[in-house]
Amino acid sequence: MDYFLTEEQKMIVELTRKIAREKITPVVAHHDETEEFPWDIMKLLAEADLFGVYIPQEYGGLGGGVFELSLVTEELSKVCGGIAICYAATALGTYPILLFGNEEQKKKYLPQLAKGVRLAAFALTEPNAGSDAAGIQTLAKKEGEHYILNGTKQWITNGGEAEVYTVIAMTDRARGARGATAFILEKGMDGFDFGKKEKKMGIRASATRELIFTDCKVEASRILGKEGIGFLVAMKTFDASRPGVAAQALGIAHGALDDAVKYSRQRVQFGKPISSFQAIQHILADMATQVEAARALIYATARMIDKGVKDIARESAMSKLFASDVAMKVTTDAVQVFGGYGYMREYPVEKRMRDAKITQIYEGTNQIQRNVIALQLIKEAAKGK
Amino acid sequence: MDIIVCIKQVPDTASLHTLKINPKTNTLMRDTAPAIINPFDENAIEEGIRLKEKYAGEVTVLSMGPPQVEKALRDALAMGADNAILLSDRSFAGADTLATSYTLAEAIKKIGKFDLILFGKQAIDGDTAQVGPGVAECLGLPQITYVRKIEIENGKLRAERTLEDSFELVEAELPAVITVTKEINTPRYPSLKGIMKSKKAQITIWSLKEMSIDSDRVGLEGSSTQVIRIFTPEMRSKGEILQGTSEDVVDTLINKLRERKVL
Repeated sequence: MDYFLTEEQKMIVELTRKIAREKITPVVAHHDETEEFPWDIMKLLAEADLFGVYIPQEYGGLGGGVFELSLVTEELSKVCGGIAICYAATALGTYPILLFGNEEQKKKYLPQLAKGVRLAAFALTEPNAGSDAAGIQTLAKKEGEHYILNGTKQWITNGGEAEVYTVIAMTDRARGARGATAFILEKGMDGFDFGKKEKKMGIRASATRELIFTDCKVEASRILGKEGIGFLVAMKTFDASRPGVAAQALGIAHGALDDAVKYSRQRVQFGKPISSFQAIQHILADMATQVEAARALIYATARMIDKGVKDIARESAMSKLFASDVAMKVTTDAVQVFGGYGYMREYPVEKRMRDAKITQIYEGTNQIQRNVIALQLIKEAAKGK
Repeated sequence: MDIIVCIKQVPDTASLHTLKINPKTNTLMRDTAPAIINPFDENAIEEGIRLKEKYAGEVTVLSMGPPQVEKALRDALAMGADNAILLSDRSFAGADTLATSYTLAEAIKKIGKFDLILFGKQAIDGDTAQVGPGVAECLGLPQITYVRKIEIENGKLRAERTLEDSFELVEAELPAVITVTKEINTPRYPSLKGIMKSKKAQITIWSLKEMSIDSDRVGLEGSSTQVIRIFTPEMRSKGEILQGTSEDVVDTLINKLRERKVL
């Protein structure tokens, strides 16, 4: 389908695709097997300016938006969903600065993040606060001009590898959701350590670690926005970043579809390629239709966000929900088309199925996405829209 | 340090299915195959940019060909070259390596200011490896071919020249002409900013008139090579593997050689 991308967007897709095919394809299995962080690839993406596609030109980026970010994420994910998320998680850590940073903070961090010389991460989740984000326990206690952070963040993508962290902590527990504040922290600060690296089912090229704060002293100038709006920062960040996760899911699904079509033309059973059997054809047709529908929804949502539409929570949640469910379904079907070979590590599709699962879970489980969508529906109905 | 890199646009031989031969002229139909920068020339561009980054100066890419070669020159600009010149004129068409060398050398004289001229070791379409040395001869400059490493010290150039099972260390005064192999570096990807800049960049185009050179030394007229016929060589007959005890094998071999009157 032709989405009438601009010349610049086509350029971004073409370059990302070239790098992904030539440089990522040969190392996909290696990173999946070893869980080694793909620094070589991050460096290549940085040199190609891809970390800056969604950052304004005045801060050293290329001046695009969520759409450009999604296009890069999709192309990378077609080859490896794990390597793609190392890239996309930096955007997740950057968006709070982009959306809520003051001029000084933007000038300090955005040019480095646009260049990709430093990676970023976003830290909200805790052992006892996942879907119930308001339950976070990491405390930031005010002492004079400083805040003292104590607590543990869990499952932080790019944790330990990134150097810039947006961390949500409670500054006033009594105020509940209105008592959270977002801080910009940097690797190497006293009292800021990393826990163990998690072993995961999929996206194994990415690093997932705990962030541990022990009397970590943070200047007030590191607050994003102001005290008490930490959850707003998180929610607005997710609104902008969900199409990125959706794009990751889309890329994984598209990659699985391509694998399945190719394999079905090569695999011969009953004296014919299995692509000649209607049973296989119908599976492939459904896979392709779902992938295209996911793409259309993501692109439309990303364009809407980039046009400056304010209320995007519903569409953003829909794109993430739909694309990640599609990814799970399509990768499972791809394994089915491959049959026994699909279940083997030597073939690419079982990894895609493992990679797909997380997209239904992180940045808000799909159940939470449904809550968001339903809440918007009911709100609008109540307003008589 | 000012560097001129001579590049050629070639059909992408990796996409074999798109390559077609015109049955009438027996030549490659260039419009059906995707065009790319000759891969060895990409190494030459990369080396030029690396030397520029190390010693300052400018990299100028130079090519001869039809207007569509602009694409190859823009790709080189996107990688980080500073200027691009295309020699394009109907009268340049059909040039063999002699006429091409002459035309490029005249363009280099017109550019005037340079310390080093880089080429890929050969083009993947013609595979002659003659144009680099040809240009060096036309300009009366030292040449080092098949170079896998370049070092520059006090205005002197030292190069490792690849031989079949060893390498030669060769020194030369600048300016010099170098042709490079794949081993010399890994060409970089263009950056997005580089691509955007290259789209807007001005490409200088020189025709025969602007170069004021002998029209009978360029193009088909200036070529001393004539292509009489193009054909696919016949497949060599399959080798035969003899099996059995050493004595049996030797006997069979000697009989076979006698049959073919080798012995």
